[in-house]
Amino acid sequence: MKPVDPTRRQFLAAAGGAVSILTLAPGVLLLAPAHGRAPDQPVTGKVRWGLLIDTTKCAAGCADCVAACNRENGLSGGTRPTDPQWIRKVELKDRRPGRQASLPMMCQHCAQPPCVDVCPTGASFKRADGIVLVDKHICIGCRYCMMACPYKARSLVHEPVTGQSPDVPRGKGTVESCTFCVQRVDRGETPACVEACAAARHGAMVFGDLNDPASEIARRLAAYPSTRVRADLALDPGVRYQGI
Amino acid sequence: MGIALHAIEGRSPGYWGLLGALGALTALGLAGAWYMEHHGHVVTGMTNQIVWGVPHVFAVFLIVAASGALNVASIASVFGRTFYKPLAPLSGLLAIALLAGGLMVLVLDLGRADRLVVAMTHFNFKSIFAWNIFLYTGFFALVAVYLWAMLERRMNRYAAAVGFGAFVWRLVLTTGTGSIFGFLVARAAYDSALLAPLFIALSFSYGLAAFLIVLLAAYGWTGRELGAAVLARLKNLQIVFVAAALYFVAVYHLTNLYLAKQGAYVRFILVDGGVYPLAFWGGQVLLGSLVPMALLAHPRLGATRGAIAVAATLVVLGGLAQMFVTIVGGQAFPLELFPGFAESSTFFDGEAHRYVPSAPELALGVAGIAVAGILVALAVKLVAFLPARLGDPLADSA
Repeated sequence: MKPVDPTRRQFLAAAGGAVSILTLAPGVLLLAPAHGRAPDQPVTGKVRWGLLIDTTKCAAGCADCVAACNRENGLSGGTRPTDPQWIRKVELKDRRPGRQASLPMMCQHCAQPPCVDVCPTGASFKRADGIVLVDKHICIGCRYCMMACPYKARSLVHEPVTGQSPDVPRGKGTVESCTFCVQRVDRGETPACVEACAAARHGAMVFGDLNDPASEIARRLAAYPSTRVRADLALDPGVRYQGI
Repeated sequence: MGIALHAIEGRSPGYWGLLGALGALTALGLAGAWYMEHHGHVVTGMTNQIVWGVPHVFAVFLIVAASGALNVASIASVFGRTFYKPLAPLSGLLAIALLAGGLMVLVLDLGRADRLVVAMTHFNFKSIFAWNIFLYTGFFALVAVYLWAMLERRMNRYAAAVGFGAFVWRLVLTTGTGSIFGFLVARAAYDSALLAPLFIALSFSYGLAAFLIVLLAAYGWTGRELGAAVLARLKNLQIVFVAAALYFVAVYHLTNLYLAKQGAYVRFILVDGGVYPLAFWGGQVLLGSLVPMALLAHPRLGATRGAIAVAATLVVLGGLAQMFVTIVGGQAFPLELFPGFAESSTFFDGEAHRYVPSAPELALGVAGIAVAGILVALAVKLVAFLPARLGDPLADSA
């Protein structure tokens, strides 16, 4: 019989203990899960959600993040000019040396969002934690935010929608865009695109709290250079890119 | 000496025919709006790339023309030129009518037109759109008071003061309309403070052209006397306004030509962008500016009513071409997210965006003009807006 590996036994015991604590502690100690938020608690500005995309790990032609977004948010996945696309893969080719890159583009969740500035009714708004959203109840469908967004991140719902996700209300005639999967983030999870990228072992997307120096995103941004798209506009986007 | 204002009779078959035709166009536009509202914007040519289409072309044109239509009244009240005083009430009426037509198109093109009350009760005061809601409603109110001051004898003494207020208001209003585009920092076609004065210059030109068309129609069809000197002054003014608009357009493009980062956009809109350079050079510059200026300046032709009517109509059509180039052409040129890179995606990044307007949205746009026409036609029948005679000696002595 194969002898028991003591380090393996220790690991299993420690893991079992950790799982028990993580399962029981929230109930006993009223601890919220990491970064999760109880429904009755307000969103605070202590957190600034951000997304880091490592384009060197993002393969041309891979659209796992796009498929996951469509699934999570109940989008058709159609690519007609009238179909909403919350996230899209952009293929880049440097005009001079010809180097190519591929990256996902979506709402950049700016700290100074032009879509919020121009919205006449205040339907376009930014949460305290930096997530930019559209209040579907007061959006009048004027599309001024779509004109103002430098990233072409927003879509108008051009026709009646069916098969909606209960977590993601949508409506014909209103504007919508990436929400960082706010329904998941509020449960302590990561956005669907990030989860799909990690599940497929691409590891090109890191989601986290930009305000927390210990978070992986903050550490990587501190260690390596990154790019803000249309940095000239000084909008302080929450999405950063590496490798372009 | 006062000028007698008289309502038109408005009982001829021609009058009812005009109302019927305008009513039919309005009904078609409303049907188009209902169809768009029912099915969603998927039945228009508008997309997630071209988000504002032909309805905005008509709406913005009408709103810009509305502020300009008030100029004749302003010249009389603000600048004290009594020559224009008999025409001032018609000028105010036309301003209100054009604005109403433009706003109707704008509102019915909303994704959720049924939520108009939301737009009237929820305001984000950082939004130029929200300011414009107050600028438009304020314009209606001010011009209505202005008309009252001009038409009611006991109120006449306030006409100059209210007229001055309306004049300042209209300048602010057109600044606001131009800034809807000027404040769009991300897009190559916009992001320019020049758009505000450009729109003011355009408003002078479009507004006077609309005024000339209504004046010629009203006096021609009712057989009232309209002096040559009145027309000569107005048509000379039209030449100056068209030239001023052309000047701002030239400065706008020349500035862009100088900036390397704007090179691709200028090339697109002026040379190789397909329908947009055609609409610019053929519609806006040639037919909308140079031909009308030549017609109006011609020593013989310029004195004929037919040529003046044709020139004013061309200025209006050129204005629609200009709005098409500015609004649709400006969006057709793709946003540049990564300068120096060729971009492509399923969302049409890096490529010129296609736009083919559908019948319902065209009908809605035209209905804006029809509604303005109906309002003017009804108002001049119900209220004494038009001088019974506009003979030269009378106009001079006013």
